Amino acid sequence: MFEGGIILSKKRAFLFMLPALAFVAVFLIFPAIWAIYIGLTNEALTGIYGLNHQFVWFDNFIKAFKDPWFHSSLQISFKFVFGSLVGQAGLGLLLALLLNNKKGILKELVSNIVIIAWIVPGVVVAYLWVAFLDKDFGLLNSILGILGFARVNWFRTLPVGVIIIFNTWRGTAFSMLLFMAALQSIPPSYLETADVIGASGWRKFRDIIIPLIKPQILTDLILLTLWTFNVFTPFILTKGGPAHMTEILPIYTYRVAFMGTGRIGQGAAISTIILLINLTLALIYLKMLKRK
Amino acid sequence: MVFRQRTNLWNNFWIYLILFTLVLFFILPMIWLVIAPFSSKASLAVKITLPSLNNFRELFKNKVAMLAFKNSFIISFSSTIIVTITSMLAAYALSRTNFKWRSTLLYALLLFSTVVTGIAAMVPLFVLNLRLGLIDSYLSVIFVFIGGFLPVSIFIIKDFFDAIPKDYEEAAIVAGSTPSQGFFRIILPLSQQGMVVIALYIFMNTWGDFLIPFILLRSVNKYPVSVAIYTFFTQEGLPLLGLLSAYSLLYSLPVIVLYIIINRKFGFGFHGGLKG
Amino acid sequence: MHDVAFEKVTKKFGKVVAVNNISFQVNKGELFTLLGPSGCGKTTTLRLIAGLEIPQSGNIYIKGKNVEKLFPKDRNIGMVFQNYALFPHMNVFDNIAYPLKIRKQPQKEIIHKVTEIAKNLQTEELLSRKPNQISGGQQQRVALGRAMVQEPNVFLFDEPLSNLDAKLRTEARSFLKHIQKEMKTTAIYVTHDQKEAMAISDRIAILDKGVIMQVGTPKEVYKNPENVFVAGFIGDPPTNLLNCSIKYNQNKTVLDFLQFKLDISPIRDLVREKVNNEEAIIFGIRPEDITVEYKNASPNSIKGEVFVVERLGPETIIHVKIGNLIIIVRDFSEPDITMGDTIWLKIDFNSVHIYKKEDGKIII
Ligand SMILES: Nc1ncnc2c1ncn2[C@@H]1O[C@H](COP(=O)(O)OP(=O)(O)OP(=O)(O)O)[C@@H](O)[C@H]1O
Ligand SMILES: [Mg+2]
Repeated sequence: MFEGGIILSKKRAFLFMLPALAFVAVFLIFPAIWAIYIGLTNEALTGIYGLNHQFVWFDNFIKAFKDPWFHSSLQISFKFVFGSLVGQAGLGLLLALLLNNKKGILKELVSNIVIIAWIVPGVVVAYLWVAFLDKDFGLLNSILGILGFARVNWFRTLPVGVIIIFNTWRGTAFSMLLFMAALQSIPPSYLETADVIGASGWRKFRDIIIPLIKPQILTDLILLTLWTFNVFTPFILTKGGPAHMTEILPIYTYRVAFMGTGRIGQGAAISTIILLINLTLALIYLKMLKRK
Repeated sequence: MVFRQRTNLWNNFWIYLILFTLVLFFILPMIWLVIAPFSSKASLAVKITLPSLNNFRELFKNKVAMLAFKNSFIISFSSTIIVTITSMLAAYALSRTNFKWRSTLLYALLLFSTVVTGIAAMVPLFVLNLRLGLIDSYLSVIFVFIGGFLPVSIFIIKDFFDAIPKDYEEAAIVAGSTPSQGFFRIILPLSQQGMVVIALYIFMNTWGDFLIPFILLRSVNKYPVSVAIYTFFTQEGLPLLGLLSAYSLLYSLPVIVLYIIINRKFGFGFHGGLKG
Repeated sequence: MHDVAFEKVTKKFGKVVAVNNISFQVNKGELFTLLGPSGCGKTTTLRLIAGLEIPQSGNIYIKGKNVEKLFPKDRNIGMVFQNYALFPHMNVFDNIAYPLKIRKQPQKEIIHKVTEIAKNLQTEELLSRKPNQISGGQQQRVALGRAMVQEPNVFLFDEPLSNLDAKLRTEARSFLKHIQKEMKTTAIYVTHDQKEAMAISDRIAILDKGVIMQVGTPKEVYKNPENVFVAGFIGDPPTNLLNCSIKYNQNKTVLDFLQFKLDISPIRDLVREKVNNEEAIIFGIRPEDITVEYKNASPNSIKGEVFVVERLGPETIIHVKIGNLIIIVRDFSEPDITMGDTIWLKIDFNSVHIYKKEDGKIII
C-alpha cells in the first residue's frame, strides 16, 4: 500500500516524473540519437530524396571531411571559441577583481550594464552591433573620425574579430558573476596577510587569488567552450559572411541542412560530429563537478 | 607612509581608468538602442534629434509586429508554465523518493541537457517536427523549449526541495494531512521562491531565443519577435530603422524588467552555475 | 487493553535491520520510554507507530486496533519531532491549529482550543510570531501544542529535549511529564539519555541493535538489569562489569579476577546450580553498592589504589585501580584522599549480579 515511502509512493513518484521524462525523451534525447540515423541517409528537404531517402552509410561523414568549407568552419569556430574564451574569462575576471570590495553605485552600475548586455535578446544585440560598427554611420567610426582616424569597414577588415568581440560583449556577465562569487568566498584575512607581508598586487593575484579560485576558472573555461561552440547569434550579425569568413560550425550546419537543396542527411552527419564534441566537453565538465 | 599613500592613489587612478574603459566598451553599443527609437529620423547613427514617439506610433500600427509580440507571449508563457509544473512534479519525486536508478537518471539528465543543444539538434529537431506534422505551429517551438529547459529546471527546483527537510511533510502527515495536502500546504509555499526563479529564468530564455522558431516556423503570422525583427531587417532594412529600433527596445523591455525584479527580490546570483 | 502494542515487529532498510522482531505493550496513560544508544532503532520504532514506516512483518495495535491498513492521518497521533518541524511559513497560532484546520473543524472551536492550549503552555504572547522568531524552548512548547491540540490517541516524542541547553532541559522535562499526566494521554518517549529516561518514565524499554533488552520501571531496570547491556547502560557511572571465573573449593566459593580473588561464600547457594566450576562469567556491582574502607581492611575486602577522584558535591566518584582493573565506586562521606592512596573495597553481596559470559544474560 505504501511501497517506497509514506510521503510519495513509488508509483506516484513515477507518475510525477512521467510528463517531464516524456518531454525530455521525445524532444531532447530522441533527436540526439536520431541525428545519428539521419546522418547515415541521404535525406533532403527538396527533390527526390525528400520523400524516399536511402541509406548511404558513412558517405555524409566522408563528404564532410572532404568539404573545404567544413574545415574552414571548424577553424573559424576554433578561433571564435578561443577568442571569446580569452575575452569573456579575461574581462570577467578583470571586472570581478576591480569590483571586489567596491560597494554602492559604481559596482551596481557597472555590473548591471554588463548583465543587461547578457540578458537582452540576441537579435537585439546583433543589431546593436550592426549599428555600432556600421562603416558610414556607426558610432565607432564616428568617434574614430573625431579622433582623426579613417573609417574602417569592420565586417570586412576583421570578420572573425567582430564576432569575437560581439560575443565577448554579450557573454562576459557569466564569467564576471562566477568570479565575483568566487572572490567573495576568499576569506578577507588571506588577502590581509598578504598585505602585511607586503605582497605587490600582481603577486597577490598570482600566489593567492588564482590558486584559490582555480576550480571556478576551470568550470568557467569548460562551460564557456561548450556554450560558445554552440552559439548561433553571429548568424544574425553576419550570416556567416562576408564570403563565409565568419561561418562557424553552427552556421555551416544550418547552411548545409536548410539552404539550397537542404541536405538534411549531410547536416545530420555534421550534427553528429557536434554532438560528439559536446559530449567530450560535457564529460570533462561532469568529471570536474564530481571531483568538487 | 607617504610613499604608500601615493602608490595607493596611483593604483586607484589605474583602477578607475580601466573601469572607465570597460564601461565605455559595454555602454557605447547600447546607446543606439536608447536614442534611435526616440529620434524622428532614425538611422544607424547615434544622433540626438528632437525626441519623438513617432516610431512607437508606427510600430503599434504595424500588424505583423504586434502579432509577433502576441506570438512571443504565447510561446514563452506556455513553455514557462508547462516547464514549471512538470519540473516541479518531477523534482519532487526525485527529491522525496530514493529508487535504484535515481542517480543514474539525474546524471543522464545532466549529461543530455549539456550535450544536446539547439545547435547540435537543429537538424533532427526539424525532421522530428516535420514527421509529427508540427512544423509551422506554436506547438513545435513550445515542445522543443520544454524538452530543452526541463532538465535545468528540474535540477534547480530539486535543489530547493532538497533544502526543505522531509520532517515538515511528515509532521503534516502525522498531524492529519494526506500527502498531497502536505505538498500543497507546506512544500509549495516553502518553495515559492524557487518556482518564481525558475519561471522567470525560463521566460527570459525562451523570450529571446531565435534559432528554434527560426527553423521550425514558416508563416510570418506565427513568428515571435526575434524572428520578426530578423526578417524586417534583412528584407526591408534601412527604411524601417526607426520602427525597428523602437521594436527592439520594446522587445528587450520585459527581460530587463524581469531582471530588475529578480535582482530586487532575490538577488541575481548563481543556482548551479546558471543564470537565474 | 493496551494503548499501543507491538507484536513481533521487524523493520529493515535494505540490509540494515533497524527493528528486530520486537514486542511490547504500553498501558493506558503511561509514559513509556524507548532508551538506547544512537542507531538502535528508537526513531524507527516511533515512526512505525506513527505510520511513517511500514514494517516488513509483525503487527502494531493502537487502542486495540491493528493499524496495518491505516494511513498516518487516520491514526490520530500527536508527534513531536526532534527538530520540532514547525512549519516556517506559518505563525505559532497556525502551527498549533494545523491538525484542526486539516480536519476542517469550525473556526470558533479552533480559536478556542488553540488559545486554551497556548495558555496552558505559556505561549500566548507568541501566537502571531513565526517559528524563527521564538527561542528553542518556546519552539519545543509550540511543537508540543501542535501534538496536543487534536487530543491524540498517543503522544510520540522523539528526543524532544535534545536541542535545549542543560538547564532548560530539566525544566522542560518535568513540564512535559506534568502535561502528559494532566491530559492522561499515553506517551511514548524516545531518548538516548538514561538519566532523562529514569527521571521521566513510568516504564522503560531498553533497546540495542534493534532488539529490546529489557522492559521495566526505572527502579526495576536499575536494580535488576537483566543483562550486561542494561547493566552497563543504566546508571551514571554505570555498573562495574568485570570478567572472572568461578571456583568451587572445599569450603569456600571464590571468584578469580586474575588480579585478585573474592570469596563469595555468602551467595554460593544462589550460584551453585547455575554455574559450573571454572566457568567464565561477568560480575556486576553498582558503584554505590561498594563500601570504601580508608583506614584498615575488614575480612574479604579488596585492596586497591586511588586512581582518579571526582568530587561532585554530595557524592564523590572514585576510580580505584586493582592491578590493571579499574573499579568505580561512589562514596557519600566526602573522604580525604588523593591519587595513589591505598584503600579497601567491601562488596555488598545483596546487590551483586552475575551474568553469563557468552550471551550476557543474568544468572543471579
Ligand atoms: N530511511 C532509512 N534508510 C536506511 N537506513 C535507515 C533509515 N532510517 C534508519 N536507518 C538505519 O536504521 C538504524 C536505526 O535507526 P534509528 O534512526 O531508528 O536509530 P535511533 O535509535 O533513532 O538513533 P539516534 O539516537 O541516532 O536517533 C540505523 O542503523 C539507521 O542507520
Ligand atoms: Mg533517532
